[in-house]
Amino acid sequence: MNPQLSEDEHDLSAMVRDFADTVVAPRSYEADTRHELPMDVVAQMGDLGLFGLPFPEEVGGQGGDYFSLCLAIEALARVDQSIAITLEAAIGLGAMPIFRYGTEEQKDTWLPDLVTGRALAGFGLTEAEAGSDAGATRTTAVLDDGEWLVNGSKQFITNSGTPISRFISVAAVTGERTRADGTVTKELSTIIVPHGTQGFTVEPAYDKVGWRASDTHPLTFEDVRVPEANLLGERGRGFANFLRTLDEGRIAVAALATGAAEGCVEESVKYAKSRNVFGVPIGRHQFIAFTIAQMQARVHTSRLAWYDAARRCDAGLSFKTEAAIAKLVASDAAMRNARDATQIFGGYGFMNESLVARQYRDSKILEIGEGTNEVQLMIIARSLGLDG
Amino acid sequence: MIKIAVLVKEVPDTWSDRRIDPGTKRVDRDGDVVIDEINEKAVEAALQVKESGGGEVTAVTMGPKNALDAVRKALAMGADAGIHIIDEALGGSDALQTSAALAAALGSRGFDLVIAGNESTDGRTAAVPAMLAERLGLSQATFLRTLTVKDGTVTGERMTDDGHVEVRASLPALVSVTEQIAEARFPNFKGIMAAKKKPVETLGLAELGIAAGDAGGANSWSVVETVAAKPPREGGTIIKDDGTAGQKLADYLASAKLI
Repeated sequence: MNPQLSEDEHDLSAMVRDFADTVVAPRSYEADTRHELPMDVVAQMGDLGLFGLPFPEEVGGQGGDYFSLCLAIEALARVDQSIAITLEAAIGLGAMPIFRYGTEEQKDTWLPDLVTGRALAGFGLTEAEAGSDAGATRTTAVLDDGEWLVNGSKQFITNSGTPISRFISVAAVTGERTRADGTVTKELSTIIVPHGTQGFTVEPAYDKVGWRASDTHPLTFEDVRVPEANLLGERGRGFANFLRTLDEGRIAVAALATGAAEGCVEESVKYAKSRNVFGVPIGRHQFIAFTIAQMQARVHTSRLAWYDAARRCDAGLSFKTEAAIAKLVASDAAMRNARDATQIFGGYGFMNESLVARQYRDSKILEIGEGTNEVQLMIIARSLGLDG
Repeated sequence: MIKIAVLVKEVPDTWSDRRIDPGTKRVDRDGDVVIDEINEKAVEAALQVKESGGGEVTAVTMGPKNALDAVRKALAMGADAGIHIIDEALGGSDALQTSAALAAALGSRGFDLVIAGNESTDGRTAAVPAMLAERLGLSQATFLRTLTVKDGTVTGERMTDDGHVEVRASLPALVSVTEQIAEARFPNFKGIMAAKKKPVETLGLAELGIAAGDAGGANSWSVVETVAAKPPREGGTIIKDDGTAGQKLADYLASAKLI
C-alpha cells in the first residue's frame, strides 16, 4: 500500500480504477468515434458519488477533499481522458464556484443536482482573445433595470452542451475601476446564465483532435437578460476568483495527465509481454524494456508532484508554484509516454481502436489547456524572482 | 424489518496465477486475494432486499486476517455490520467444519434470511450453503437466479440443467444465488469511509464453542490426498465440414451442456 495514501484514499482509488476498467473503458472507443459524451456512463459516475467527491455531506457531497477528487480523475484518465476531464470540469468549473462563491439561494438551486451528476455546468472564461490573459475579456454584463444584460461570446466551454447542461458561469466585464495610481482597469465579475435563456446560444460542438467524447462548444450571448441575483460572488472579484479556480484546475489536470501516462505504461507492459518478434516477447529487448522503465519513472515523478500540490491545497498552504510544476511535469509525461507507447505498439498504435492511439491524440491538449506549459514556466520563473 | 446475513469470502483473484501449496495441500492465499465475485452479487441481492422492504444486513466471513477485506467491501457497499470468524485452529477446515463454524456464529442471532453465493471460485464444493441450512434447521433454496422477499416468504427461480423451477420458502430460510442474481454496485466514497465506522464482531473457537479437537485440517472429515497441476491444454477437436459439421458441432455443444 502506498504510504502517501490513507486507507480511505487507497480504497477510493481502487474502486474508481475498477469502475474505469469495467464500466468506462468498454465504451470509450465508440464515444470517441462518435464525438459523444456517453450520458449513461456519466449517470453511473453520479451514482458512484464522483461528482460530489470534494463537497461536504451537508450539500449532498461525499465528504472528501480536493486530493480525493484528483485520485478519481487520475484513475479514470488511465483509460479515458474525455471522461476524466468531464468530471474535472463538472466539479472544478461547474459546481465548485457555486459552492465557494454562491449565495445560499444559488447553492440551494444548483448544488443538489450538480453534486450528484444529474446536472452539469460550465465556466465561460476563454474568448477569442482572452484565455490565461483573463483581463482581456470582452464579454460584457451591464445592470439594466434590475437585470444583467450579457453580450459577447466564449470559446472551448466544456460540458456546455450536454442534455443535462443547466447553466454557464460567465466571466464578464461589469465596469471599470480606477486604481489609486490613476490607472483604469476592467471590473470582472461572474454571471450565472441558465440554459434556455433567450439570446444564449450553444453553438455546434468543435471537431477536436482529442478529448473527442468531452462536450465542448463555443457560446454566444446576444442581449441575454438574467436577474441581478445571478451575480456569482462579489462584483469585481471575478478575476481573483477564477485565478483560484485555475490554480486548482492545474492540479487536477496534472492528476489527469499522470493517469494518462500510467495508462500508457499499463498498455505497453501488457503488449511488451505478449507481442513476440523474432521468437521472444518484445519486452525482452532492452530498448523496449528501458523505454517502459523511463515511462514509469515519469509516472512516478508526476504523481509525487501532484500529490504535493493537492496536499498543500487541502491544507490551506500556498500551492500556485507547485501546481504549475505538477502540471508542467505531468503533461510532459503524458505526451512523451503516449508517444513512446504508440511507438512500442507499432502499426497498431496508429489505429484509433487502440487505447494508446487515443492517449496520443488526447494528451496534446494537456500541454495547452488550463494554462499552456509556457504559462506554467512563467509562473515558476516568477516564483524565483525572474519576472519576464 | 428482516435480519439478513450474507456470507462473503476472500479468494485468490481468478485473474491471477492461482496455485495450491503442495506442502499443505491448501489453496495458496498469499497472492492477490479479492472478495469472491459471487459474494459481491450476494451482497447486492441482500441490499436490494433491504432497500425494498427495510432490513439489516450483516456480512459474515471466516478466514485469516485479510478475510476482513471482504467484510469491509460489503460494508462499503452498504451492509450494516460484520462478523469475522478467525482462529488459527480453523485453518484447513473442510466444508463440514466450515458450516459448523458458521452455524455456531449465526445460530442464536435470529437471522430471518441467510444469503450465500452458490459456490466459491476456490474450493468450489458448493456444499456449504446446504450444510449450513441443515445445521441451522432452515428451509433452503439453492442456485437461485432471482430473489424476492415479501410477507415473510422468499421466492426465486432455481436454476436446473433444463431451465428453472420456481421455489418459495417461509422465513427464516437460507438461499444461495448464482451469478445471474444481480450486478454488484460499486461502493461510493461515503460508503468506503462509513464502512470503517461500522461494527465488526470477531469470533474465535472459544466464542463459537467449538472444541480444538474438532477444528481445522487435522480433524477434518475429508482429506486431500494428492494435488496435481492442471495438465497443459490439449489441442481442440477440429471438425471438417463434409456436410455434417453443423450436426457434429451441435452434438458436441449439447454433450457439454452448452446448448
